[in-house]
Amino acid sequence: MSTEITEIEAQGMAPGAHVRTHGTRGSYLIGLGYAVILTLASFWASSTDVIYPPGVPILLGVLAIAQMGIHLVFFLHISSAPDQTNNILALAFGIFVVGLLVFGSMIIIANLNHNMMPMDQLMRMQR
Amino acid sequence: MSATEQALASGDAVPLSLRGPAPTRVVAGYGFWLFLLSDIIIFAALFAAYAVLSGETAGGPTAADLFDKKHVLIETACLLASSVTCGFGSLAVQSGDRNSTYVWMTITFILGITFLSVEVSEFSHMLSIGAGPTRSAFLSAFFTLVGTHGLHVTIGLCWLIVMILQVATLGFQPMVSRRFFCFGLFWHALDIVWIGVFTIVYLGAHL
Repeated sequence: MSTEITEIEAQGMAPGAHVRTHGTRGSYLIGLGYAVILTLASFWASSTDVIYPPGVPILLGVLAIAQMGIHLVFFLHISSAPDQTNNILALAFGIFVVGLLVFGSMIIIANLNHNMMPMDQLMRMQR
Repeated sequence: MSATEQALASGDAVPLSLRGPAPTRVVAGYGFWLFLLSDIIIFAALFAAYAVLSGETAGGPTAADLFDKKHVLIETACLLASSVTCGFGSLAVQSGDRNSTYVWMTITFILGITFLSVEVSEFSHMLSIGAGPTRSAFLSAFFTLVGTHGLHVTIGLCWLIVMILQVATLGFQPMVSRRFFCFGLFWHALDIVWIGVFTIVYLGAHL
């Protein structure tokens, strides 16, 4: 059965290239283990008094980014393999655009908020 | 494995220009990966809107009043488990095992439906207590962000049904297994977006 699939799969392959199998059950389970630990850690961090409260959002951010990394490696199988070079470059550009969008918007809006005239004063001017 | 094959597999010895065309699976995966990244950029815009508007409750209910962490934990568990069963399903597709493909994909579908039903019941509860998207800017941003994610999950479930039917009718042709591969990427990417949703929206991480 498996040789038959290899033959069928090989039709779309460059000559000499092998069928790349993505991950094993074990690697998915390892990824699941890490993801469960990180998820439970973020739920715990959000509802505990042990951590200094202003530090909680930073901890949550770190845990979320770590879990995204785990998902990318163990589930989406992003790696440094030669056939993944383009994927990694695209991912880097995607992260760059996401960062620009999110942090850029937040900085601009915070700045506008800061420079905006208080509402009562604005109302008085319009009268 | 001959020396040439080994060199091709490791990709070290043969220069990039001599390696020949990339396999269709790699090219298709790259194209779909670009789509996923552009989809994630859409979500980034919605996340930015939520981050900016999350405090603007206009005297209405706040995030702390509305969200129940127990529901969110159930939703997260469903998506995480479905990500793994989807991975097992794509391994079954690769080994050409029809029965375990059906089993794993059905479990993935059930977990996805469970996620959606918890989300829909949460939304309908919020609507029933007057915390709909028209109540405040915070709730508009919330329903847009989480609703878009839910819509993606719904589309993913429709896609999953189509894929199961294609395995039943077409068998494991190369194009079917490539589509399964793309479906897997889509499903895992939704899980990554959900990490952002539960961290920023439900657990209330903010700058």
